[in-house]
Amino acid sequence: MTSAQPGLIVEDGGLLTTVQDTGRWGYQHYGVSVSGAMDPAAHRRANRLVGNPPEAATLEITLVGPVLRFRTAARIGVSGAAFELRLDARAVSTDTLLHPEPGQTLAFGRRTAGARAYLAAAGGILVPVVLGSRSTHLRSGMGGLEGRALRVGDGLAVGSSRGVPHRESAAARWGRSMPLGGARVRVLPGPHAGLFDPEMLRRLETARYTIRPESDRMGYRLDGAPIAGPAGLSLLSQGMPVGAVQVVPSGGVIVAMADRQTAGGYPRVATVITADIPVLGQLAPGDWIEFQRCDPRTAREALVEAEEEREST
Amino acid sequence: MHEVTGAVSREWELFPDGDAALVLAFPARLDPRINARCVAVAEALRRRPVQGVRDVVEAFATVTVHFDPLAGDAGAIETVLRSLAEKATAPAGEDPLPPGREVRLPVCYGGARGPDLADVARFARCSEAEVVERHCRASYRVYMLGFQPGFAYLGAVDPRIAAPRREVPRVHVPAGSVGIAARQTGVYPVASPGGWQLVGQTPVRIFDMSRSDPFLLAAGDRVRFEPIDEASYDRLEGGRP
Repeated sequence: MTSAQPGLIVEDGGLLTTVQDTGRWGYQHYGVSVSGAMDPAAHRRANRLVGNPPEAATLEITLVGPVLRFRTAARIGVSGAAFELRLDARAVSTDTLLHPEPGQTLAFGRRTAGARAYLAAAGGILVPVVLGSRSTHLRSGMGGLEGRALRVGDGLAVGSSRGVPHRESAAARWGRSMPLGGARVRVLPGPHAGLFDPEMLRRLETARYTIRPESDRMGYRLDGAPIAGPAGLSLLSQGMPVGAVQVVPSGGVIVAMADRQTAGGYPRVATVITADIPVLGQLAPGDWIEFQRCDPRTAREALVEAEEEREST
Repeated sequence: MHEVTGAVSREWELFPDGDAALVLAFPARLDPRINARCVAVAEALRRRPVQGVRDVVEAFATVTVHFDPLAGDAGAIETVLRSLAEKATAPAGEDPLPPGREVRLPVCYGGARGPDLADVARFARCSEAEVVERHCRASYRVYMLGFQPGFAYLGAVDPRIAAPRREVPRVHVPAGSVGIAARQTGVYPVASPGGWQLVGQTPVRIFDMSRSDPFLLAAGDRVRFEPIDEASYDRLEGGRP
């Protein structure tokens, strides 16, 4: 761990800017949510741009970005959702290495695709490690900066970039495109899929759903074809992975996201495959979602393919 | 919540939940012995980490193993889970339930600390004192933790006082509040919204990040509530039992 320096000042927090890393694993049996980046691939890509390990904390920037003033020289990179960026008056790009000087201000402007961008600084964003992670879990107020979103006047320490390898090659264009208005995600049958009427499974796979406004980092609530759950079924709560597609008694569908509770008691019809969690994390209220059933082999191949692409950029 | 005390079958199932979790499922009943098997498997797996495993989550009748599908091999994890499940359900596993560590939690019942005690007494058609007496009589099993950091699902509550959840949840439930929801009881670790019937409050912090061990309770423990008065509450506030 490098010593903390007062690195950047928040002049405008944006809509929802939080400190995130790869998540708070290992404490779910105590009821502690994992949290972490909603788009783990873009978080990792931002870290790669500046030479950080994947575990380094970044800022997750949601829909409307912040304005940040640098107090010390830094090496930063922004990846994920496509935003217009200005470093003082100069337009700069996402997915490139940027070198703000002391006193310079980075302002996020118009967003053209995707929902969440990740800002990495060489050395990482330094907030206290809580139960092994710097991720912010908003509901329990754990981790991050005082367990909450950033707001005007906040100061954030940035680790020293000395010793962090400089990899200009990482600035190559990223092949991944950000969703514009919606996405189709692949699913495997959920733990209770066999209890549903097969007609309901077909309905889930043919309908187009829309993400409701009250969706958040805990879960996406969907509007669209209602799904009838198994009749008369009362389930005991059980552990829940990210991407779990839950059916509530009203027939509504909720997809579990990063800040989900550790366990849930609603029947689960499907689970989004790991390779498609990043695209799910780039959706916003109003966007559409379609579910496409796949098999474990497809899930595996998609994951290996995504990993190879990451390794080559 | 209804505890089953009949014979325990040896059955269990193992199935994937997506491509990053495996579920070991015992018969889906609220049964202390089934839950004890989940706890035994989960603890054994945490003691002997398998490559790629990120979290082991025991619940009422299941163990969910979360893993990194790029770092871990689902087949290898499955093999370990199968052997642990066999061991947990072997004839030796039919031995009496492990007693579990018992934690005694002092609770100041009623008044502002237990605003729903009167409603629960009305539900039970008995005095508030009898509700307290019945709530304190049992040694409850911690079936699982969830909902919030440190929130323990305890069972089973005396059916007489098993009042259902409030129709309209409270926006603010103070930390330490002790609630009843049908045959479950529990303690709110941190202030939050909540719908359980609040009968009292404990001065003990069951979740405290300033301690080296932030979590007072784990699945498999037992909890017994002990009534205290307001003066004792003030004296004990913020302590451990």
